[in-house]
Amino acid sequence: MKTIILRTASTYLLPVLLLFSIFILLRGHYSPGGGFVGGLIASIAFVLHSFARGLDNTKELLRMHPGFLMPIGLAISFLAGVTPVIFLDMPFMTGLWYPEHLPVLGSLGTALFFDLGVYLVVVGVTLTIIFTISESA
Amino acid sequence: MLLAILLGFIFSIFLVFTGKFFKGKLSILASGIPLALFIYFAQFINRISSGEVITQENIWVPSFGVNLGFTLDGLSLLFSLMITGIGFLVFLYTSAYLKNNKYLDRFYGYLSMFMAAMLGLVLSDNLISLFVFWELTSITSFFLIGFNNTNQASRKSAITALAITGIGGLSLLVGALFLGAITGTYSITEMLSMNPEIAANPYYTLIVILIFGAAFTKSAQFPFHFWLPGAMKAPTPVSTYLHSATMVKAGIYLLLRLTPVLGDHEFWNSTLVIVGAITMVYSAVHTLFRTDLKGILAYSTISALGILVFLIGQGTVEALTAAAVFIIVHALYKATLFLVTGIIDHQAGTRDTTVLRGLRKVLFPVAIAGFLAAISSAGIPPTIGFIGKELTYESTFHFGNLAILLMVLIVITKILLLYAGFVAGIRPFTGTLPERFEKTKMPNFLLWAPPLLLAVGGVIFGIFPGLIEASIVKPLVNAVGGNSEEIHLKLWHGVSTVLWLSVITITVGTVLYFFIKPSHKLEQTVAKIEWLSPHSIILKMWDFFFNFSKIWTNLFQNGYLRNYVSTIMVFMITLTGYALFRTATYSVDYMSFSRITVYEAVTSIIMLIAVLYTVFTKSRLAAVAAMGIMGYAICMLFVIYSAPDLAMTQFSIDTLTVILFVLVLYKLPKYLTLSDYKMRIKDGVISLAFGTIITLLILEVLAEPINSEVSDYYAANAYILAHGKNVVNVILVDFRGADTMIEISVLAIAAIGVFALLKLRLKKSDQR
Repeated sequence: MKTIILRTASTYLLPVLLLFSIFILLRGHYSPGGGFVGGLIASIAFVLHSFARGLDNTKELLRMHPGFLMPIGLAISFLAGVTPVIFLDMPFMTGLWYPEHLPVLGSLGTALFFDLGVYLVVVGVTLTIIFTISESA
Repeated sequence: MLLAILLGFIFSIFLVFTGKFFKGKLSILASGIPLALFIYFAQFINRISSGEVITQENIWVPSFGVNLGFTLDGLSLLFSLMITGIGFLVFLYTSAYLKNNKYLDRFYGYLSMFMAAMLGLVLSDNLISLFVFWELTSITSFFLIGFNNTNQASRKSAITALAITGIGGLSLLVGALFLGAITGTYSITEMLSMNPEIAANPYYTLIVILIFGAAFTKSAQFPFHFWLPGAMKAPTPVSTYLHSATMVKAGIYLLLRLTPVLGDHEFWNSTLVIVGAITMVYSAVHTLFRTDLKGILAYSTISALGILVFLIGQGTVEALTAAAVFIIVHALYKATLFLVTGIIDHQAGTRDTTVLRGLRKVLFPVAIAGFLAAISSAGIPPTIGFIGKELTYESTFHFGNLAILLMVLIVITKILLLYAGFVAGIRPFTGTLPERFEKTKMPNFLLWAPPLLLAVGGVIFGIFPGLIEASIVKPLVNAVGGNSEEIHLKLWHGVSTVLWLSVITITVGTVLYFFIKPSHKLEQTVAKIEWLSPHSIILKMWDFFFNFSKIWTNLFQNGYLRNYVSTIMVFMITLTGYALFRTATYSVDYMSFSRITVYEAVTSIIMLIAVLYTVFTKSRLAAVAAMGIMGYAICMLFVIYSAPDLAMTQFSIDTLTVILFVLVLYKLPKYLTLSDYKMRIKDGVISLAFGTIITLLILEVLAEPINSEVSDYYAANAYILAHGKNVVNVILVDFRGADTMIEISVLAIAAIGVFALLKLRLKKSDQR
């Protein structure tokens, strides 16, 4: 599957797809999208890259095993959930919001960080499964 | 107080990182924790004895009424002092007993975790947190019994103990929930005033049975007693600490604690008296037929627990006082005897009573400890055991019309316990020293000091009973709802029937000790009727259950994915099909359907072609690709029906699924006939039937009126409450965010599972 066209394209597709996935993540609160889909798109971007340039290159690009993204993501989501408990003595998962409306992001709140955690976990899970299977297949 | 309870947990976590330091010479430092806690609790003695009750409330899950409320009154004070005091001695003893053990740090970790859990149990005012600590003691006990995890018998005993006490724990939870539902609170303090209301409730009997289920399993009452002798597989410090002094008394504690809430009713009292009486006599008789020192002690512990239940069942102030004193008596002498046994085992290398004689010549301080403990257990003055026995006789003597029968039972029990105490505490040290033990070395100071201290304590409290009267016994009786004014502990009660009974007990017991020698022959004779015991019966049921579940599992979990899928389908077809056949109306209003658009028609045709291709193609990869087309077509449908979120996710998922399939199947041979003609027909029939049933089901669902209350709420409040316009995403990250949290955790676990299965294969050398 290592055709020249795909290989050349993948160089440009990877950043574009990653940017797109972040765009999807951020717009999730107002329009279709969100952490889950965003994470899946980012994983597809990396899988595509690995098809075009080989798994080893992709791993080198990632610098660390994608599995580490899972605990990081879980931690971010969990922290977003417990922040109100720790600092404000409110129940777990209470949404906290920055009062001003920000450009690009819109309302900024704990929900965005929660979604970011979901995004990272999804990327971590998908890539771990696919990389592991493709290595042992 | 919260910190005091958590200290044990903190220390055990701390040990994970610093275990190396505590394994070596520093191990003795670990005993600083229980000592500090003992001092902490001891400073409350004055305040408690003046009638104060110290409470502390920490919010935990207020929405369910579950709080970490702690109460320190006479009852919890006695238990806290026992837990930390005996804990301190056991920690000291352990540092010498398990010296150079590879896993000493682990042992201390479990032990301090247990101590913390036990403290939490006796201090909890909230039934739910009490349950949590209750289960923690069962779990730590499991690890401690199975500490020698290379020994199969240890592992088996650990599982038996966990199973029995675990079932009891669940029973406690259900009982607590019932109590909470009736009284509207989980706080025991608040329940105290509601005794009549609870008793009038139709569920009263059930609640009492559930609470008894918990107490009897934990405190090893007949017929659940058999886990305790098995638990003696644990290292001796554990047997001392958990299985005689503290954990097995958790059931006693629960009964005492709930006496004011549930007690003083016919069913409560008579059940406790009957069960207690059976247990104390049954296991006291058992001590006659044991030759292992620990076995004797185990059965005499069960018997002592039976006496306690029996006394709580009587429920009078006299009986509760007797119970309070007997708890102290038993903790002191039984812990001593266990520690003495441990020393004998450690130094002489055996626990067989038939060969152990004359050890006083080599283990003199240990012999003193054993002797003092034995006379305290026998109830010979001037030990505190004598006071305990007098009080027990006194209260039984005044127990209504059955007094004579109960009196006979308690006297028999006491005679046999005297025998057991003598065999364990005196017999190994008297007589002539056999040759094989002549080289027995004097143990480390840390080994013999703790039992000696406890044994001497038993004598001191006996001579000066005032020491425990006002400080512990009176507040305890107050705490369980009795009037403590009339209590007065003293060694000499004057000449009465009770005193004569004591004399008879001591004489007969001593005669028995000189006439019956423990022998293997007796033990074997009894072993012949072992199949009748509750232990064997439950083990047989256990085996049956295992075999049954094995057959069941092999039938359904046979490792073939195709069988799993077809089982699920057939099951659903039968169940749903039956329900549809019975109740469905089939009144589909075709007029209500909207017209088919061009997009829908085209997508459906694509789907149909893809399905046919999947079924009839010979190439596996082509089938997978065709399945992918199916998935995309479904996404198209989502788009058409305006569910963009769903469509996006489905698109990505389908892409990844196809990639995964290709990765797995790529390397397999191109063609393979995995199924013959018959199987294909069978599969075809199942899938067609499944499709039909699902279609019928959906049509049925459409005929029902739609309840959109929940989705309306989400739609209306998404922007107001969660600042989001995309309702789907707001539900995911906000309204039901906790679900998402759990889902991503599950995802992560699945990924770790895949990784572990494929990457962490055992090396050839590690495989069995």
